[in-house]
Amino acid sequence: MRPIIETHSVTMRINGATLVDGIDLSVGNGEMVAIVGPNGAGKSTLLRLLSGDLQPTQGRIELKQADLRSYSASQLATHRATLSQHVNVTFPFTVEEIVRMGAGDMGIAAAHPLVEAAMDEVAVRPLRSRQLPTLSGGEQQRTHFARVLVQLACGEALHGPGLLLLDEPTSSLDLRHQIELVEIASRRARNGTAVIAILHDLNLAVRFASRIIVIHRGAVAADGRPAQTITDELIRRVFEVCVDIQHHDDGSPVLLPQAMKSIGPGNVL
Amino acid sequence: MTAIDGVGSAEPSLRSASSRPAPALLYGCLLLLLSGVAIAAVTVGAAGIPLGRVPVALGLWTSEQAGTLLARDQLVLWSIRIPRILAAAVVGGLLATAGAIMQGLFRNPLADPALVGVSSGGAFAAASAIVLIDSSYGDTFRFMQNAVLPLAAFLGSLVTTFVLYGIASRTGRTSIAIFLLAGLAIAAIANAGLGLLVFIADDRQLRDITFWMLGSLSGATWSKALTIAPVLVIGVVACFRIGRGLDLLVLGESEAFHSGINVERLKRASIVLISAMTGVAVSICGVVGFIGIVVPHLLRLMIGPGHRMLLPASALLGAILVVGADTLARTIVAPAEMPIGILTAAIGAPFFLAILLRQRGLAGL
Repeated sequence: MRPIIETHSVTMRINGATLVDGIDLSVGNGEMVAIVGPNGAGKSTLLRLLSGDLQPTQGRIELKQADLRSYSASQLATHRATLSQHVNVTFPFTVEEIVRMGAGDMGIAAAHPLVEAAMDEVAVRPLRSRQLPTLSGGEQQRTHFARVLVQLACGEALHGPGLLLLDEPTSSLDLRHQIELVEIASRRARNGTAVIAILHDLNLAVRFASRIIVIHRGAVAADGRPAQTITDELIRRVFEVCVDIQHHDDGSPVLLPQAMKSIGPGNVL
Repeated sequence: MTAIDGVGSAEPSLRSASSRPAPALLYGCLLLLLSGVAIAAVTVGAAGIPLGRVPVALGLWTSEQAGTLLARDQLVLWSIRIPRILAAAVVGGLLATAGAIMQGLFRNPLADPALVGVSSGGAFAAASAIVLIDSSYGDTFRFMQNAVLPLAAFLGSLVTTFVLYGIASRTGRTSIAIFLLAGLAIAAIANAGLGLLVFIADDRQLRDITFWMLGSLSGATWSKALTIAPVLVIGVVACFRIGRGLDLLVLGESEAFHSGINVERLKRASIVLISAMTGVAVSICGVVGFIGIVVPHLLRLMIGPGHRMLLPASALLGAILVVGADTLARTIVAPAEMPIGILTAAIGAPFFLAILLRQRGLAGL
């Protein structure tokens, strides 16, 4: 498996606070990596470093064996696509116009099949003529995901499998659309894309990710396959809560917070 | 986020993407309309020239028209009216395009160079040139005035726009509340400076400064119009290059970067364009407000917010509106002439309030 992105002792300090502390990691083709951790652990800062949005104060990041800083913004956009957590659009662009923005300078006719496919995949085609500011938060989030998928497809057509970065992509979505979005990302990973997603829902992460990286206080607290990585000891240490971990027939763990478990019949307040 | 931050979302467009007009049709209609307004502007004024006499005066065909009448028509057309219409069209194009770029840069449809002090900054710099350089260099300055005033106004607008962006933006995010309030403060500072210059100016300088404060195209000449026209041409050509970047900037600076835009370069180019376009327009006709806000707003309702079509279309509709407004300004109180700045404020301010009231309704306030 060829590494798509690698970090070497990456550290990020802002105003004396260390947000990311000497992280070394390597993510290759076809991996679906979930980054989990408590609020303020440095997950979003790490993702912004990987996207080239921030420059590390120490260490080096390599994208496809070349220094991330050696890419221009336009070159970078053909190798990695990023979905941010909140995108606020004030102008009345339609869903179709937003999705088409992912195609860059590609002509409307050439981009058409990619735009249609992405709108179908995230189920926003019925909304195509609707103006984005009039849609719900979840519908807007899906529209931006379709835009990012178009950008990824355009880049992969030129350079082969790329990098897909997702910052809490499921935060505004209902259960069905959360699962659909993560399944779409998993499909991309099966086709060779390196996917890195910040997820808060640990059950979603262990169910769909091939690898979980737990970030705690700016450093990697655990990194590996979900079944081996997610343990009650780790959850207690990192998230400071107690969980009961059970296992599916296929061996994947299911987390049940103990506070919820205690509120059962006859035990309700 | 403060309550004022909630104001500043563009109204929904009247048309969906599929029913938006094709570029060729849109530009064709706007060019036809501009030609119609320009022809009407040629015929009306203190010395009326009936439509039938216009082609003869322009030399397009000959007639047995009395020689003195023809000579008078030609003098009025070529020396006064056509340069003024040309200047009005260029000024309108500059102000409307600068407004549309500014709204894209700040991701807010209420941004307007005149509203947030960029025009005032340009006017203050131009007035400073009149009073301070004129007092020191006299005749040399008057000889150079056509070149010095646009440059001074451009530099004044440039400094104002940079200061405004520096205050309102931090770590890639722009606060609309701070942006509008900083704009008001900058406009107040520039106006205080203008007041000081009025205080120390002599009679002739005072007349020139008053012209900047009210806005008028009565001093338009061929040389002035031809000095600023290249800025509009360069600006519109540049707009085709920055259009996609401004579309993506609407998603936020990070998203624009993720999508392949060199955001810092785009911001610098936009600020220089806004400043150059506003500055040279101000140097010709003083402060003419609301064109930069009304024109892009009307166009967004018709063609949507995509900047690749919006920016050139703004240049055309801005030209149409200012040629029309200037024609009104020089006819409604004839034989006197109303400063065009008063007219655009009288029409534009209620329009601006109507946008705010409508947004208040959409926001459920």
